[in-house]
Amino acid sequence: MDQFTDPQHKVKVGLAEMLKGGVIMDVVTAEEARIAEQAGAAAVMALERVPADIRKEGGVARMADLDVIDNIKRAVTIPVMAKARIGHIVEARVLEALEVDFIDESEVLTPADHAYHIDKWPFTVPFVCGCRNIGEALRRISEGAAMIRTKGEAGTGDISQAVRHLRDITSQMRALTVMTEEELYGAAKEHRVPLSLVREVAKTGKLPVPNFAAGGVATPADAALCMHLGAEAVFVGSGIFKSSEPEKRARAIVAATTHWTDYGIIAEHSHGLGEAMKGIDAMSIPEEAQLQVR
Amino acid sequence: MMSDRSLLGILALQGDFARHARQVELGGAEARLVRLPDDLHGLDGICLPGGESTTMSLLLDRFALREPLAEFVASKPVLATCAGLILLATTIDDNQAGVKPFGVLDVSVQRNGWGRQVHSFDTEIHPLHGQNGLPPVRGSFIRAPRITRVGQRVDVLAVYQGEPVLIRQGAVLATTFHTELTDDTQLIDYFLRHFLPDRE
Repeated sequence: MDQFTDPQHKVKVGLAEMLKGGVIMDVVTAEEARIAEQAGAAAVMALERVPADIRKEGGVARMADLDVIDNIKRAVTIPVMAKARIGHIVEARVLEALEVDFIDESEVLTPADHAYHIDKWPFTVPFVCGCRNIGEALRRISEGAAMIRTKGEAGTGDISQAVRHLRDITSQMRALTVMTEEELYGAAKEHRVPLSLVREVAKTGKLPVPNFAAGGVATPADAALCMHLGAEAVFVGSGIFKSSEPEKRARAIVAATTHWTDYGIIAEHSHGLGEAMKGIDAMSIPEEAQLQVR
Repeated sequence: MMSDRSLLGILALQGDFARHARQVELGGAEARLVRLPDDLHGLDGICLPGGESTTMSLLLDRFALREPLAEFVASKPVLATCAGLILLATTIDDNQAGVKPFGVLDVSVQRNGWGRQVHSFDTEIHPLHGQNGLPPVRGSFIRAPRITRVGQRVDVLAVYQGEPVLIRQGAVLATTFHTELTDDTQLIDYFLRHFLPDRE
């Protein structure tokens, strides 16, 4: 049977649909989660350290402490997501048992498996996965991901990598829509993905699951830029709670995501935000230290 | 020239508003996304989509939509789905996040009453007898609310496991489940046919 029309998959993708037009914020405490919710976040990502700190402190980054996740779940009414290491089937099963609403199989954590991602179909909890291009996106979708996000370069506050990934995915999707049948065979081979998925994207010009942006969002204008480039919602990691005025910045990023074509509103909400996270130029990070290559 | 198609607003602060807009267009009406008060002018009715009711309630205040929308939903046809139903209710049980509902639909609701996402499900909903022309529909319950009390003026059009899931009060049609995730337009067709003024 076709897994993509399975009712279980439909309700997983359904939750991703409900998050569209919203902002998903990284939080490390219940207090931050409440601030995020009241600022207008559509969901929160519960984790132990934001990507900027993981990058700075180094060491192995794992699934968050379960008490932290439980506290955050109790603190808010919006969906709570949590990250599992790439390929760590058991971290994911534990998060599912904890009833988090979405699992991010994330390159921000230290990968547990350098060869395989999790087979996500047997889970009842939905997964989101990062990608840099159409090949990565469709491979994760063929493994059962219910939502795709760009990887960007997490913890940098530099939007350029998310922009690159959004641009690449969009232009690769557009290219598929004008291909002949034999070219589609070639594209499936080149991107290492099932022909059926390539055919579907060729027909619709869109991914079969929601396509969100993540990695390096630090300002309201960054969030609106992602929406302009085709993202359907925005994840913000370190950008909020590593800035000088998290609450104001969070509200402004929400306003800019909702009204991403209304520049007057973005301007109005971009005043008095204090300092953005300092950040790192993603181009200055050597490839072996980049998270997006994971 | 005036269009003879109905013009429906879709509250587009957050959520699956694009799905509702697609349904409205498939149903033969015109859809307009509503993000600011001016967007309400000239609408024949409105859809309050699925999404996060906490987020929508906060943004209604932030973008000065609460008052004009309260006036609109009290007097015009409304199709409310999931979070949209919560926004219309008179009472929200255990209202932890402080969602401020419009109170035009005389029900009490329990948010995420069927459980968190791992308990979300998809099922067939059979409307009760005598609901003129309302066919069985496929419904997705996604962190769906539960209706815990129904006021006297509310008609229950469908139940699931003995509980109301599709209701009507005056010009408001409200569901706790989603039908807009597919291109099955039976529910929007029903709404357009029975709730909107005839344009011909």
